[in-house]
Amino acid sequence: MQEAMINKAKQLLADGTVSRVIGWKRGEFAYDITPAVFETAEELEKDFVFDDFTSANVSKYLVKESKKEGKVLVFLKPCDTYSLNQLTKEHRVDRDNIYVVGIPGGPKLDIEKIKAKGITGITSVKNDNFTLKIETLYGEETMPFYEAVLDKCASCKSKKHVTYDELIGEDGDTLESNRFDMVEQLENMTSQERYDFWRSELSKCIRCNACRNVCPACTCENCVFDNPASGIDNKAPADSFEENMFHIIRAFHVAGRCTDCGECSRVCPQHIPLHLLNRKFIKDINSLYGEYQAGADTTSRAPLTDYTADDCEASIVHERGVE
Amino acid sequence: MQRIGVFVCHCGTNIAATVDVKTVAETLGKEPGVVISQDYQYMCSESGQNLVKDAIKEHNLTGIVICSCSPRMHENTFRKAAAAAGLNPYLVEIANIREQCSWIHKEIATATEKAVILGRAAIAKVHLNAPLTAGESPVVKKALVIGGGIAGIQTALDIAEAGFDVDIVEKNPTIGGKMAQIDKTFPTLDCAACILTPKMVEASQNERITIRSFSEVTDVKGFVGNFTVKIKKKARYVDETKCTGCGLCTEKCPMKKVPNEFNMGLDNRSAVYIPFAQAVPKVATIDPNYCMMLKTGKCGVCSKVCSVGAINYKQQDEIIEEKYGAIIVATGFNPISLDKYDEFAYGQSPDVVTSLELERLMNAAGPNGGTLLRPSDKTHPHTIVFVQCVGSRCDDSKGKPYCSKICCMYTAKHAMLIREKYPDTEVYVFYIDVRTPGKNFDEFYRRAVEQYNVHYIKGMVGKVTPKSDGKIDVQASDLLANEQLHINADMVVLAAAIEPDKTARPLATMLTTQMDTNDFFTEAHPKLRPVESATAGIFLSGACQGPKDIPETVAQASAAAAKAIGLLCKNSITCNPCVAHSNELMCNGCSSCEKVCPYGAITYIDKEFRMPDRTTKVRRVASVNPAVCQGCGACTVACPSGAMDLNGFSNSQIMAEVDAICK
Repeated sequence: MQEAMINKAKQLLADGTVSRVIGWKRGEFAYDITPAVFETAEELEKDFVFDDFTSANVSKYLVKESKKEGKVLVFLKPCDTYSLNQLTKEHRVDRDNIYVVGIPGGPKLDIEKIKAKGITGITSVKNDNFTLKIETLYGEETMPFYEAVLDKCASCKSKKHVTYDELIGEDGDTLESNRFDMVEQLENMTSQERYDFWRSELSKCIRCNACRNVCPACTCENCVFDNPASGIDNKAPADSFEENMFHIIRAFHVAGRCTDCGECSRVCPQHIPLHLLNRKFIKDINSLYGEYQAGADTTSRAPLTDYTADDCEASIVHERGVE
Repeated sequence: MQRIGVFVCHCGTNIAATVDVKTVAETLGKEPGVVISQDYQYMCSESGQNLVKDAIKEHNLTGIVICSCSPRMHENTFRKAAAAAGLNPYLVEIANIREQCSWIHKEIATATEKAVILGRAAIAKVHLNAPLTAGESPVVKKALVIGGGIAGIQTALDIAEAGFDVDIVEKNPTIGGKMAQIDKTFPTLDCAACILTPKMVEASQNERITIRSFSEVTDVKGFVGNFTVKIKKKARYVDETKCTGCGLCTEKCPMKKVPNEFNMGLDNRSAVYIPFAQAVPKVATIDPNYCMMLKTGKCGVCSKVCSVGAINYKQQDEIIEEKYGAIIVATGFNPISLDKYDEFAYGQSPDVVTSLELERLMNAAGPNGGTLLRPSDKTHPHTIVFVQCVGSRCDDSKGKPYCSKICCMYTAKHAMLIREKYPDTEVYVFYIDVRTPGKNFDEFYRRAVEQYNVHYIKGMVGKVTPKSDGKIDVQASDLLANEQLHINADMVVLAAAIEPDKTARPLATMLTTQMDTNDFFTEAHPKLRPVESATAGIFLSGACQGPKDIPETVAQASAAAAKAIGLLCKNSITCNPCVAHSNELMCNGCSSCEKVCPYGAITYIDKEFRMPDRTTKVRRVASVNPAVCQGCGACTVACPSGAMDLNGFSNSQIMAEVDAICK
């Protein structure tokens, strides 16, 4: 796959279709794959990587890259195409300036799950017929592939590319996923249990802002948390409860726009299940206003910024909330 | 540094009885920025206002907080007072310590504490108030009346009389509404058609009135003085400009088995029809649900017989867009469906009818040519039972909680007319109460009882059972005699509750007007502004606002017209300066605000920005048209980055209020 992608990128660069390529390159460690922009065939040959760790959603890079001179080539997994569509809908990217090559999706690997097995000093990880062969400084280890799959891939919602100019490989379909199971568990808790759960989870937050920075829905010119005039930027550091509100506010800001790409939880260094906040909104929107998948298209009106005469009444929404 | 004045009103005892106003004034006087804090018995009185004006001048105030009643009552009063003293009127904030405090609390300690908190929130807000200047916008000198019943006709005639153009949009093929279906009117017993049809003709002949029959309002944009309305002109498959109303097509149409809605389905009409003889406009309409030509492409008789070539089977719905300065809602009422009332056997026997059906049965233009006959066997009924309050004054979910108001009187009318015309008929009326407040109403009812010997029985009918011999058993209780009755009746007439027309609810959404839980339009003030809706430029005429009889409807219709004329007389109206604006540096251009804006006030522009590194960048940013914006604030909450803000209700002001309350 990596070869095919490099060849496709080289061809499109050579024939002038695109002037640069967004992909991934290796970071400090073998499993440390990071998004990168390539401008020449040499750079691609040298650094371009696509393997079981290339899970990063690169759609958000298009906010800047698509506005530069010349077309940009981007390789998108099915889940990433939803993010691009949503950005297109919100006029945050210039879709005409983007050449999308759809590539097959995961499942991708979560290095933390491998490390959790007590495996350290990892130098390489290979998938040998769904058994991971892990080379370490201390010898080779093995573990089943599916035990190391990223959470977001384990509850994959779609193998279908919702936007692309070209595909490598076959296109898939949307899937029946179990992604709302945990939300249901939380809903079944008493409000005190739920409060305790979130206080405990959110208390781990170190406000590194990784979740916000990676989120393809968080592309504001000036984020309210960076804006002294918003009146909330300084509240969070002042008190631990306000600190927790950061995530709640962020979930509200992306409500109805979040495509459930799962990047927030993937990048959280404290392993807070942030995606559950967004999934609660998605689940509520689905049940109150009918099934809606943000990013499935670029034209439909989002339920939270639309009004139809048969929308549920606020009082009915309220009834649901009462325990 | 701000110099804020606080003025606490006693409102007689309205506030002072539950709120310790002295303590409130004293406590708020210590808030940062407050230089003077006073209380007074009636702040809205001339001397109260002078107190405020003098304080503004004496202390050179930069903002004032009035702790008093709802801003809906006196915000304007104090804004004017401030302006008179040289302070920008938008530097006035009202803390509502009456409706939201003294009236809902009983304990002085609680109410006083809350009044202080509300005052503190208003002070926090006024710190951030900015002077605003109101602009002006022109008024389109034309009115739209939605609904062509007696209410809509009267309103339109009055507005036209004052010299303004009016459009009547009526969803049916003819104007006239319910009154056209009524036989006689109480309490004078004059013929409804005789007094209505001249008005219908007058409306059609008035040069300033355009009747858009068989049309519906599909979209309303804009604001007071400047509404843009889309009207769907439904295809009637007949060219209105050519049709002469000769009626030949209706005679020749082979499809004659269509339930006639004008006669409440008691007889049939043809697929191409003119609702009734005096219909306005008197043009034919083809019913596409029954017309063989439209359904199967085979027939075309009407087209062949029409000498003016008015029939057009290819006609399509048409959307017309018009601008109006004022909109008057006159959507009227309908009797409720009686499906849920099995006990009255409405669906089981054709001889159990509603009162409106009885009107048609007794009408000379009705199915029996004016002779009252039983629908089942066309025989003369000798015993008729009237059941009052069917679905009115109900405490269950089957009916309506309100009194339909007109039933007592029309039933007295029916009973009297039947006894007059057919003295051999016994008439029973079962009632909960007989309500006759109105000029000459009680006299009318007494005539029915005393002169015409109608049997009025206090009590409700429990069960109506059609029997095999064609008679109807009516089981009821006589509450005064405390006994159970069985009446062997020939006909039963149900006084079905009335409810607002089903088109009212979606219309209210389009007009952004309020409705009550029964779908009646809510007036701006139940006593002092009974014909205006809370939305500026939208007026209420007739039964869409609540159950009404004809004289009341006409009175309200003329009142609504007077209000509309008052608006149309103005060349321009003062705009609300509390409008939204976008901070272009923060705007993402995401279109969220544009999608939620009910007024279409937001557009997007590509604007060039100079970047810190001396390059330029073109960005898509939102731009608000302040003349169209109504300051609803929907955009400010939809905006993910907080770029949208509302003058007078800025995000920072709201946050400051919340912080002050939570402190």
